[in-house]
Order: sequence, then structure tokens, then C-alpha cells
Amino acid sequence: MLIINELDVYYNHIHALHQVSLNVGESEAVAVLGANGAGKSTLIKSVMGWVKPQGGSIVLDGEEIHALPPWERVQRGIALAPEGARLFGDLSVEANLRLGGYLQSEEILRAQRETVFELFPVLAERRNQLAKTLSGGEQQMLSIARALMSRPRLLLIDEVSMGLMPILVKRVFNVIDRLRRQGVSILLVEQNAYESLKVVDRAYVLENGRIVLEGTPAELREDPRVRAAYLGG
Amino acid sequence: MSGYIISIAVFVGIWVSLALSLNILVGYAGQVSLGHAAFFGIGAYTSAVLTVRYEQSFWVGILAAILVTGIVGAFLGLPSLRVRHDFLVLATMGINFVVVAIFKYVDFFGGAMGLVNLPAPALLGLSFRGGPAYLTLVWIYAGLTLLVSWYLSQTWAGLALNTVRIDEEAAEAVGVSVPRFKIYAFVISAALAGGAGSLYAHFIGSVFPDTFAFVESIAILSMVIVGGVGTLRGPIFGAVLLKSAPEFLRFAQDYRFTLYGALLVLMMLFQPMGLLGKESWLWNLARRRFRRAPSSALAPEEVS
Repeated sequence: MLIINELDVYYNHIHALHQVSLNVGESEAVAVLGANGAGKSTLIKSVMGWVKPQGGSIVLDGEEIHALPPWERVQRGIALAPEGARLFGDLSVEANLRLGGYLQSEEILRAQRETVFELFPVLAERRNQLAKTLSGGEQQMLSIARALMSRPRLLLIDEVSMGLMPILVKRVFNVIDRLRRQGVSILLVEQNAYESLKVVDRAYVLENGRIVLEGTPAELREDPRVRAAYLGG
Repeated sequence: MSGYIISIAVFVGIWVSLALSLNILVGYAGQVSLGHAAFFGIGAYTSAVLTVRYEQSFWVGILAAILVTGIVGAFLGLPSLRVRHDFLVLATMGINFVVVAIFKYVDFFGGAMGLVNLPAPALLGLSFRGGPAYLTLVWIYAGLTLLVSWYLSQTWAGLALNTVRIDEEAAEAVGVSVPRFKIYAFVISAALAGGAGSLYAHFIGSVFPDTFAFVESIAILSMVIVGGVGTLRGPIFGAVLLKSAPEFLRFAQDYRFTLYGALLVLMMLFQPMGLLGKESWLWNLARRRFRRAPSSALAPEEVS
């Protein structure tokens, strides 16, 4: 589905990503774990098209998307739940959802709307509220719901757990787990290794812009470096 | 109605159109421009050149003014693709100065002496010179800009413009082609201002470069801000208030731009959303007074 090959990204003279290679298979959920400043956001921005890599390739379904602007990548089936939710705060929950399906037909909009309301009943209750009046957890849910409205084939989720209470983190990860079971391909970029490893098929560890480890959750949980750095020993 | 009152009402109608058209750019798409008078001027000059130099009728003039200004708007909107916020404000300001300089120093446009003897509109042999007929024409046009503004707010395109204003990256993440919508906003906004320019030119009967100078851009932006940016009622109210008040308060006439400047500062400090903007003090008061119903039907409920 998504193949990233030897990606190099520089910000001025800072080498943000070094030869990063990773892939997400059809209906697979993959996590990229790493601390603050490891290059996780840069990776997401490269896939979306906000950052221009200096080397390497990003291939979606066999097509090089390197030169495409973000909205054309969305057209090809990528959707993003951005870091910090980035909702359209002055617009209603309903409008945010409609905008998520901006490029889709009315039928898909209707169908996806039902799907996300079933997934997040609280959004159905609050559909006429302004997005900015939602609580932090609800905003994260709306952010994921908005991304799902386009019926994406690849869902990018950027730091969904950040700033959420543990109980809400669990709830959001439950939703990710359900999406994975429904066959959505997911690339999850996270600091919270503990919860992430419960819901993904594979994971990569990113450190200082390099992929230093790759494996199944079981393998990574056994790795002493992961235990020390991300799972609290 | 005396001729004096009619001419004030004509000017108010023209500036209502200008404020509403700028509101599409600033209030909907969030692209703050301090160069709107340039579009006003391009429309006025297009119409003046066609009618004076090429002896076309007013109707050809105003249609061409709308068309030409819209096209020029697409090009002058290009800086918005590269720069944002305060830098865009500076760029649009610069564009205003350049456009006025072209009117002033290119002989084709009449130079500093401008173009004179513009014909009045005529229909079936009847002239619209002065009087209620012209007033009607101007307010039909103002109604048209209102209709366009309202229609836009109801469409997908309007929603997309909103996303560009709120968060460009989030807009792109849902698939909105941000550059395209910025240019749309510039085209629609410029085209409507161009038509207003033509109406102004044929009412006065002449065009001079300095009418479309940078201070006029500030005046138009003041109307949008003072009234309430992003709403329909706001720019209309702002234009009526700021265009007519100096006429009735003669002493204020000489200090018109001082007044606009002072108002801008005060609004930014105390009511940044405008006198009749969303959640403004005056608007809430008016709603309580006239509806006698809690505003909760429209306002979103609070979340505990």
C-alpha cells in the first residue's frame, strides 16, 4: 500500500530524516514510535506533502506521489488525523465531518457519516455544536472521524494520545483497534509505545531521524532498548 | 428626495458593494487585503477607457469592468499563494500603489488629469443621469453583491473558503486545494469591486487616479471591520455608517481618514469582531431585545 524508501529530509542544515525506509501493507496497522524530536512529525509531513524530501521515494499503490500536492494525495486515498486535532473550530461538528468527505460523493458521505456516528456516538449527540466547544478527547475523536469521512485506504494518525487523560487514550486506541479489524490500513505515529503496541501488526522505532528497530509488537516488547526507553523498564 | 441626499445614497450603495466584496476575501477566505481600492479603480478605468476612448455604452463598460477586474484579480491574488498574514497585507498595499501609479503615469489612462466626460447609462433612449434611476441601478448592484455573498456562504465553495481562513494545513488535509480557493476568492472579490468602480465612474462622470489610492483601501477595510467581518450584516452596516456619517457631520469630513484610523484601533482593542459581528456586544443586545428568546436555539450548547 505505502512504501517509503530511503527518505532523506533536511531542514536547512539539519538532517531530520536519514534514509528512512518503511512500508504499510494492505489492511495492516503500523506504528512509528519515537521520542519528541525523533522525526515522527517530519515523516507524516513528508507523506502528506508539506515537506519536500531531498532524497528517496514515497510510493502509494505502486505510484510515486513525491511531486503531488497534499490535496491530490488525499484524492488518492490518504487521510490524516493531525497532531493537535486541528479541527475547524468555528464550524459545527457536522460541518467538520462534511469537510472530511470534501472530495467524496453524497452517497459516500452519507454512508461514512453513519459509520462514524456508530463508531463515535458522542459526535452524533453533539453534531450541531461548534467543534471548539468539544472536550479534548471528543476533539481527537472528531479528528479521526473527519479523516474517516473520505473513506481512506490509508489513515495517518499523528500523536493522537498527546494531552489526553489515560482513560481517553484507551478509548481512542480501542477505536484504532476496531478500524484495523475493519481492514483500514493505518500508519500510527506515537510516543505512547505501550498502547500503540497493543493495536498494531508491526512497529518501527525512530531515533534521531533513523529507523533503529523494526518488528512485531511481541518482538519489540522483548527488546531491552524498547523496554528501557519506551515501556518504562 | 433632494439631489444631495440621492448622491449620498448612491455613494453608500457603491461602498456597500465594495465592503461586501472585500468581505468575501477577508471574512470568508481570511486573506487580509489593503489593496481593495486598486480593484475599485481598475473597474472604474476599464469602464472609462471603453466608453470615452472607444465610445462603447455604459453596459459594455460595466460588464467589461467586472470581467477585466476579475481576471486581474486572479493575477494580483498570486502573492497570496506565497505569503501569508502581515506579508500579504504589505504585498496588497504595494499592488495598490503600483496600480495608482500606472493610472497616473500612463498617458492612455489620462495621467493625473484622469478621464472625463463619461456617458451616463441609457436604456431604450432613457438616460439614467443623476436622480432616482441611477440610485436604483446602484442598489440593484449592491443587492447583487449581497446575493453572491449569501449564495457563496451556502455552498461547498463557501465552506472550503472557511477552511482556508481557519487552518490552511487542515484544509489541505481534507483535500481542499488551498491555492485554487484563494484565487477564487480574489477573482470574485475583485470582479464585484470592479463593477462598483464602473458605477462610481459613470455617476461622477470622470475618473482620477487619487480616488483609488491606498487610503481608500483603508476606508473600505474599516467598514468591513467596524461592521463585523465575515457576516453579511456587518459590511453593509459598516459601509452605511462610515460613508454617510461624515456627510451629515460636516466637521468630520476633513478628518474622515483620522476617524477611520481611530475607529480601526478602537475596534481592534474592544470589539475585534465588529459592532454587529458574531458575539459582539451590540448584536447580542439587539438579539435579546428583539427576539425575547434565549439565543440558545442558534448558539451551540455549552459543554460541561
